[in-house]
Amino acid sequence: MSNTAKAKSVIPGFNITMGFSLLYLTFIFLIPVGGLLLYTSLMSWDEFWRAVSHPQVVASYKLSFGASFIGASINLVFGFLAAWVLVRYQFPGKRLIDALIDLPFALPTAVAGIALVTLYASTGWVGQYFELFDIRIAYTQIGVVIALTYIGLPFVVRTVQPVLEDFESELEEASAALGASRLTTIRKVILPALLPALLTGFALAFARALGEYGSVVFISGNLPYATEITPLLIVAKAEQYDYNGAAAIGTVMLFAAFILLLVINFLQWWSSRRFSH
Amino acid sequence: MKLKQLLIALPLALSAVSFSGASLASDSLLNVSYDPTRELYREYNEWFAEKWKSETGNSLNVRQSHGGSGSQARAIIDGLDADVATLALAYDVDALRKRGNLIPENWQERLPGNSSPYTSTIVLLVRAGNPKNIQDWDDLVRDDVQVITPNPKTSGGARWNYLAAWGYAEQKYGSKESAYDFVKKIFGNVPVLDPAARGATNTFVQRRIGDVFIAWENEAFLSVEQLGRGQYEIVVPSVSILAEPPVTVVDANVDRKGTRALAEAYLEGLYSDDAQHLAAKHFYRPSNAEIAAQYEDKFPKVNLFGIDDVFGGWDNAQETHFNDGGHFDTILEELAQQRR
Repeated sequence: MSNTAKAKSVIPGFNITMGFSLLYLTFIFLIPVGGLLLYTSLMSWDEFWRAVSHPQVVASYKLSFGASFIGASINLVFGFLAAWVLVRYQFPGKRLIDALIDLPFALPTAVAGIALVTLYASTGWVGQYFELFDIRIAYTQIGVVIALTYIGLPFVVRTVQPVLEDFESELEEASAALGASRLTTIRKVILPALLPALLTGFALAFARALGEYGSVVFISGNLPYATEITPLLIVAKAEQYDYNGAAAIGTVMLFAAFILLLVINFLQWWSSRRFSH
Repeated sequence: MKLKQLLIALPLALSAVSFSGASLASDSLLNVSYDPTRELYREYNEWFAEKWKSETGNSLNVRQSHGGSGSQARAIIDGLDADVATLALAYDVDALRKRGNLIPENWQERLPGNSSPYTSTIVLLVRAGNPKNIQDWDDLVRDDVQVITPNPKTSGGARWNYLAAWGYAEQKYGSKESAYDFVKKIFGNVPVLDPAARGATNTFVQRRIGDVFIAWENEAFLSVEQLGRGQYEIVVPSVSILAEPPVTVVDANVDRKGTRALAEAYLEGLYSDDAQHLAAKHFYRPSNAEIAAQYEDKFPKVNLFGIDDVFGGWDNAQETHFNDGGHFDTILEELAQQRR
């Protein structure tokens, strides 16, 4: 591995770049995660199991993973659409919209949470119309999904956009010339090429949503067993100085997220292989 | 512990370096406090810096840090260089001893009034005109009343809310079982459970959710003054808890930094007449009885009970009520089953 990397690159410095990368990863990532695992390892198996399998905690896993999944799925569809519009068409204000896409990264999440709840509360600009149909958004699980959709918005757009820019529309023309219907062209030509990028965007949006705390706590209502996300429970544990319990739930989140990301990465690898053959 | 201290101390140390650009002749003090004391300490720091300068000739730069009481305590335990800690509840200050060994066992006896230079209590904030006619704790269990409070699990301040209601019910109905049912009914009326007081205030004031907001008296005053004069009223219940936000010198830090004299003078200054008036100005009840008497019309007389009398101190209260498997957990569990 290291030999091929050395041999191929015209720019020297594999050793030093690799060294810095490892150092960087160690400080930024490995030590904090190691600390998390260390705290968890201080618990007996019984303690660990009791901490992570309490019904209140289990209810929060369902909400956190479920809402993150739905949020990322919504972003998958609409992020793809947004990327398509931004790449394929020219229209006034295009640059502005392009810049706005990144805003969820920049805005403090608490501000986003308060803004969302202001809009979607039953007295809010948007929420009042849903209220007419007896649909509540803020302080329900729908509110959690909305917050998690909001913070994941940029990921799919930003991963799909460059791939779409490189994608030659001649391929679509060729497909049409060979008699494929529009739907077939989308299904057989466009989607397979974009699938790896879409999956990456989905995975990023999903992972980001799992860990989100700041915006959700304002819009969710935080009712235990109903609208309480797992990160909030971790905060609650830490607040009573139960570091082990907090670390235990954190570990479960970490591994669950890791496995899911692994699966998505595998899908991505599989789809890109399938397409390239 | 060592490893974690290192992990957290490192970024803090880096930020401390960037802070310490002040000139060498001046003294510096870090007061780590909780959220609603911001304005009080801003004014007190000015007053104290002047006093310090006239007494020692040194100029003084007091840095303030505010946040949730529990997370501030954790920051100090994990290495934040606080000279003094001025938090919301003794349980959080005591964590500095239990988990960090930063202060001695008798820390709360070192200053008068359980080391609380100012106190507060828990009151009920209602909307203008009191449309639901809320007069006392009993009105909070009515079916037509929605109650807003932060989550006692995540908010130190909200633990006082819970205990105030419990203490009232235990006193009135005479048993722990009836107190449990009473508190459970109140939490059954809570539509939104914010993690911290700031969020709960937002829910009640901006979102206009709920009929009554259980709050610290000083924060209720702040809401009335700042967020909407004439839009809210404070209802003082017949019985409430004496909320004592204690202060302490962080011994391990001041001894290392050589700031003990300064830190002790800073805290003792809180008991001076001027500071007591300042506390009253910022809606805390002065601990000095004579000065408190001057503010009688501002702070109505309430039948106050202490946490030691009813709950046998913070350790017991925390253990019985708020830790995992405690009464609050059972309440939540039973309420969730009812809702299904």
